[in-house]
Formats: sequence, structure tokens, C-alpha cells
Amino acid sequence: MAYRTPLARARGLGSAKEGTDHFWRQRVTAVANIVLVCFALWLVVKLAGGDHATVKRTLARPQNAIALLLLVISGVMHMRLGMQTIIEDYVHSEGRKVAALMLNSFFAMLVGLTCAFAVLKLSFGA
Amino acid sequence: MAEARQPIERPLSPHLSIYRPLINMVMSIVHRMTGAALYFGTLLLAAWLIALATGERQFEFVNALFGHPIGKLILFGYTWALLHHMLGGMRHLIWDTGRGLQIWQVNVLSWLTIIGSVSLTLALWALGLTLRGDL
Repeated sequence: MAYRTPLARARGLGSAKEGTDHFWRQRVTAVANIVLVCFALWLVVKLAGGDHATVKRTLARPQNAIALLLLVISGVMHMRLGMQTIIEDYVHSEGRKVAALMLNSFFAMLVGLTCAFAVLKLSFGA
Repeated sequence: MAEARQPIERPLSPHLSIYRPLINMVMSIVHRMTGAALYFGTLLLAAWLIALATGERQFEFVNALFGHPIGKLILFGYTWALLHHMLGGMRHLIWDTGRGLQIWQVNVLSWLTIIGSVSLTLALWALGLTLRGDL
């Protein structure tokens, strides 16, 4: 191993073979979330107390629907990475850890797809 | 060889319980707690969106749940968790650049996180309730 060059070692990307991927994705989605969450909060405050037709019409507008979809994608990626870190910190038994990590992915996908489906249905559906 | 499997009582290094709580440490813990709360809180958003996309009756039902005092309290907490986690995240982004790591700067940023999140939450709810005509 002593003969390996620094480049060769860097190519190995560490013990998990992922390098800084987790760290970087967490940051990229964090920055995206700042903008998208502010937008969503503004939208929710504006729609507070609105009736079904008004809220539906507002969320069906392309710019709102696209921003919400971006928020769902970025938010779900961010929360999955965050929960993965929590699980890796506190769940030490290998079997339970793998199960928890799997459930984490399932939950993130389920929530993400549910929200995305609803937003798309508002835009495309009857 | 049964005795060899007995767990040996080894001394543990000092952990959380031994330290006096410091603001940066409390904010670190709260950052993780709000993150976990937001994780499950996304179910509220999913429920609201699905109800909205399903029909007027379902939308009214979810709105009634959210409008109940307990529902409002949960939403208020959710707003605070969201804003707190966001401000805490911004603090981490500043630290990622290597800035703001002097002890006094860490303390100032930590205090700004909690003061900012509470004031922003109150301001946002005041604005929302005013627009609704409830305040």
C-alpha cells in the first residue's frame, strides 16, 4: 500500500467508496431548500384560509407547481440523507441498521412520490 | 469458557451528561431534533396535498384537523422547527467556508439561530392570521 500514489488513494474514495458525495448532496439540497422553503412559506401564508377552488387553482399554476415539485425532490433528498446520518450514529447492530436505512429510503420515496403525484394531479388532472 | 464472555465493566469516557449545557451544544442537539421532526412532519404536507388533489370534502376535512387547536399547535411547532432548522443550516453553511469559528462568533451565531427562529415564527403566524382576519 505504501507504493500507492495520492491519486490512486483518492480514487478509492474512502472506506464507503462514496467520497464526499453524502456531504456534498446535503449541502446542495440545503441551499436549494433555503430558497424553496421560503417560497413555500410565502405561498402557504398567502393561501391561509383560502377555499378549495382558490388553493387548487393557485397550486396548479405552472410556476407554483414547478417550485413545489423542486421543493419535494430537494426536501426528500435532504431529509433522507439527514436521517441516514442519525441512523448510522445511533443504530449499531448491523441487521437493524440495514433495515432502518432501507425503511428510510422507502419512507422518503413514499412521501416524495405522494407529494409529487398530488401536485401533478392538481396541474394535469380534473 | 463461559466466564470469558462476561462483559467487562470498563470505564467510559465522559459524555453529554457531564457537561454544563452550552448554547452551541444545545443548538446542535436542537438542530438534529428539528431535522427528525421535519422528517415525519412531511407527512402533514403530503396529507394536505393529497387531500387537496382528491376533492373538496377531503380538503375541508384535513383543513378542519389543521384548524383544531391541537392541529394549530402542531403546525406552529412545525413552522418553528422548519425555520430553526433552516437558520441552523445557514450557520452550518457559514462554518463550511471556515468562517465564524471563533468561540465568540460560534456563540453569537448560536444565539442568533434561536432568537431568529422564534421571532420569525411569531412574525409569520401573525402575518398569516392577520391575512385570514383572525387577528
